[in-house]
Amino acid sequence: MSRASRAAKDRSAFTRRAAIIGAGQALVFGAIGVRLYNLQITNHSKYALLARQNSISERLVAPERGLITDRFGTILAGNQQHWRALFMQAMCPEPDAVLQNFYALVNVSDDEKARVTQDLANRPGYIPVLLKDFLDWQDMAAIEVNTPNLPGVVVEVGASRIYPLGPVAAHAVGYVARPNRKEASADTVLALPGMRVGRTGVEDVQDGVLRGEPGFVQTETNVHGALVREVAHDAGTPGQNVALGLDTGLQQLAIQSLGDNTGAVVMLDATNGEILAMASTPGFDPSLFDKGVPSTVWDGWMQDAKNPLMNKATAGQFAPGSTFKPTVALAAMQAGLLNADTILTCPGSFTLGNHVFWCDNHVAHGSINVVTALQVSCDVFFYQVGLMAGIDRMAAMANELGLATDLGTDLPNVAKGFVPTQDWARSRNIHWAEGSTVVQGIGQGYTQLTPLSLATMIARVATGNAVGPHITRRVGGVLQAGADPDYWPALDVDDRHLATIRQALFEVVNTPSGTAYASRLMLPNVQMAGKTGTAQVHNNSAAEKQKNFNDMTMQWEDRPNALFVGYAPFDNPRYAIAVVVEHGNFGAQSAAPIAQTMMTYALQHDPAGRDSPLNVPLQSTTPALPVNNT
Amino acid sequence: MMLDSSLSLRRPFRERSFGLMRKFMRINWLFVLCVCLLAGVGYAALYSAAGGSPQPYAQGQIIRFAGMLALMLGIAMVDIRIIAKLSWPAYLGGLLLLLVVMKFGHTGLGAKRWIDLGPIEIQPSELMKLFLAMALGSYFKRATPEHTGNLLFVLPAVVAILIPVGLILKEPNLGTAVITAAIGATVMLGAGVRWWWFAIIIAVIAISAPVLYDHLHAYQKARIITFLNPGSDPLGAGYNIIQSKIALGSGGFFGQGYLHGTQNQLNFLPEKQTDFVFTIIAEEFGYAGSMAVLALLLFIITLAFYTAVTCNHAYGRLVALGIGTNLFLYCFVNLSMVMGLIPVGGVPLPLISYGGSALTAVMLGFGVLQSIHVHRDVEFADAADY
Repeated sequence: MSRASRAAKDRSAFTRRAAIIGAGQALVFGAIGVRLYNLQITNHSKYALLARQNSISERLVAPERGLITDRFGTILAGNQQHWRALFMQAMCPEPDAVLQNFYALVNVSDDEKARVTQDLANRPGYIPVLLKDFLDWQDMAAIEVNTPNLPGVVVEVGASRIYPLGPVAAHAVGYVARPNRKEASADTVLALPGMRVGRTGVEDVQDGVLRGEPGFVQTETNVHGALVREVAHDAGTPGQNVALGLDTGLQQLAIQSLGDNTGAVVMLDATNGEILAMASTPGFDPSLFDKGVPSTVWDGWMQDAKNPLMNKATAGQFAPGSTFKPTVALAAMQAGLLNADTILTCPGSFTLGNHVFWCDNHVAHGSINVVTALQVSCDVFFYQVGLMAGIDRMAAMANELGLATDLGTDLPNVAKGFVPTQDWARSRNIHWAEGSTVVQGIGQGYTQLTPLSLATMIARVATGNAVGPHITRRVGGVLQAGADPDYWPALDVDDRHLATIRQALFEVVNTPSGTAYASRLMLPNVQMAGKTGTAQVHNNSAAEKQKNFNDMTMQWEDRPNALFVGYAPFDNPRYAIAVVVEHGNFGAQSAAPIAQTMMTYALQHDPAGRDSPLNVPLQSTTPALPVNNT
Repeated sequence: MMLDSSLSLRRPFRERSFGLMRKFMRINWLFVLCVCLLAGVGYAALYSAAGGSPQPYAQGQIIRFAGMLALMLGIAMVDIRIIAKLSWPAYLGGLLLLLVVMKFGHTGLGAKRWIDLGPIEIQPSELMKLFLAMALGSYFKRATPEHTGNLLFVLPAVVAILIPVGLILKEPNLGTAVITAAIGATVMLGAGVRWWWFAIIIAVIAISAPVLYDHLHAYQKARIITFLNPGSDPLGAGYNIIQSKIALGSGGFFGQGYLHGTQNQLNFLPEKQTDFVFTIIAEEFGYAGSMAVLALLLFIITLAFYTAVTCNHAYGRLVALGIGTNLFLYCFVNLSMVMGLIPVGGVPLPLISYGGSALTAVMLGFGVLQSIHVHRDVEFADAADY
């Protein structure tokens, strides 16, 4: 065979084979193309979804809680930013391993670990689980450096609740805490890290408006779970701000005036019932609840006989003592049994059957009318008036004046107080002795009233309007209906009777023989009217009575409570106040000076009815310091 | 007869006198253009892999490509007969390099595959595929059907294939070993070895597969298991396949847009700049883009086959066939791997994947291919022996 023909034959054989091989390869490319079509076109939507899930995760974020401010905008409850570590289950296939890594880096208590485990089991993937709140820089650095080992762990800015005034407004403002498990499972929004539930005070009552609506964050993450960028951020609807009627200056002054005493001060705008100050001592630091109260602190509170967590202004119930006398007088006057000219005799004691009721300090006041009786706080006069009126009339007048009745106050844990009635006695199978009516006349016995209701009473007496105490002035900037004085109806009490009582209350403070003369206002052209009260806390023994209540020798817890109710200016009532100093001995001694201090400040700064403070106080004098106890 | 013979004596002399310019013009410029186009696609993909930056991949790669393009054109000028003479020395050198790599090689990703030669790292197994094709081309260039039908004649060629395949398997690099064997088989097939012998060998391998499986490395077994059931180990070996498929699938018809592929830009794909570079193209340019790249690759392979069938000497035909098949196998293994059709193996996509070793090997092969194309009409002096 010729070499050329053989070469040609070789070549054609090769070409045949190469063509077959090439065709096979082209076929394989075709198969790859079909496979690509299958992946990219037929199953595109499936893979596109997977890609989205891969890279974009959505989670809900807690809305910012609304602020609570005083009437002038001073923040009483605010939000402070801090760093916290969250865990996104949806972004991590192996949570256990990640959690172990996290716990190795950041110190987490066993209790918290148990909570995290439970949260992980109970919550849907789009709700992140809080791993640790309040990260310090060391934690942050550790997490940052180890991001590749912590897929699904997100560090974000969260807000914690702060209370700049600390214990000063703690009872009125209240506090927030983490929702408990039951609340969180009932409302998934509460399961979000950073969500807080108001527990007491305004935080509790206005929880709904303060809370807001949650937003969401869409984040793009890489394969390690590390954040690449935020795709979308909806902050949600932040909670509305709530402005209270409180004036921080007054509030601080109230706490300062109470000092180490246990007690409460409530100051109202007498025209509309807005609470300008509401102090209760001792206090507590409300910020502690946001992070969790240390058990030692908690145990301390629980064991403290002075009950720091209790808002004594709304929940503390005290025998009103002589501060109840205006109510007794009005009850009798309303029934037509007493008028301004009625003269009753005080021989220093009152005998009913075989029981002798003494006047204060066994003093005989002689023949006096109701004005003088209130002015000098004659007990014997009111023993008789009490008997005259009877407990049902006294109770009815008390209710009319806001005592022992539901005031509709926008605060939680408001005690109603108690004034006995015949019905009540019958229902309890108590034999109602007339002697009980006698002591009722001077605000002792069964009667128990809150400082808030006492302040309401004196405001109603001062204005003749049935004002209701309330603390919220504006919600989201909108003035609440109660701020308008015309919102409140007139009292069903004769104006002449009220005028008589007001005159008496004026004389209590502004005449030298009045019990609160030492606490009269040192301001020109403006006077305070009021009534002192000194209430025994339990039935004193004969020996104690023999001491003429020489109380300084008594144990603190045996000493009577000191009370004062008052309002100012006398001729145009704007501020009403109730002060209770527990075991403060005499109302004139420890309660009235506090009222004096508060009133002086209030009249100088005149916060009532304003949303911005007076730039220049009416008086250039500095607020009077508490006058020496007399 | 004499005329043929006299021609054969004269022609080589005449061919040599073509002159460099003439030779240069005989280069298949369409092929070169396509190769440059492919390198451009690679630049774009690597630019995207770096999140829209020429650093650290694209710029280095394109500079290396430019160097290799010059080398390729240089090799194309070398007479194919000189290259043919170097076939066996190159083969032996390749074997030596494989041995060296086993002893001293740089361990990368759990396998000893690399030799560090100063500025560039070389993967001898990549070069070995070319050298094997050349050696087999040299062995079979004078083979008659009688030879190729003779088992004793074919056996040394089989041994020549199995020695490097065994060494590459030892590295271990299953993917390249299989490709090397397939190239050897294809060249033998092109040389005229009987079809049914291959059928028998394939059958034997299929039967002995379970036994072979036992001798595979744990990671190789893991790859096969993962391939069979990718969902079993989402963050382990199967992770790559799942993420790769997600990247391809999310591309759709027109893709997510250049530099906007989430899988790519968010680093869901490990080593995306090397083995999984195709996912970038598929995700960002969609089905349209990936089919275009596929067509370009097939066209380049077709041009290699064109060089093979238009070549007048058996050596050129066989080596061109081997080089074309090498390119095809690169693409096939890489794309199948990316699409989850075969187990993952460290096989890059030629000219697109980042890395110098594959580029060097492929461009050397293209150089030889163009030398074949330029010297397609030369006659081998020793052809007169027949």
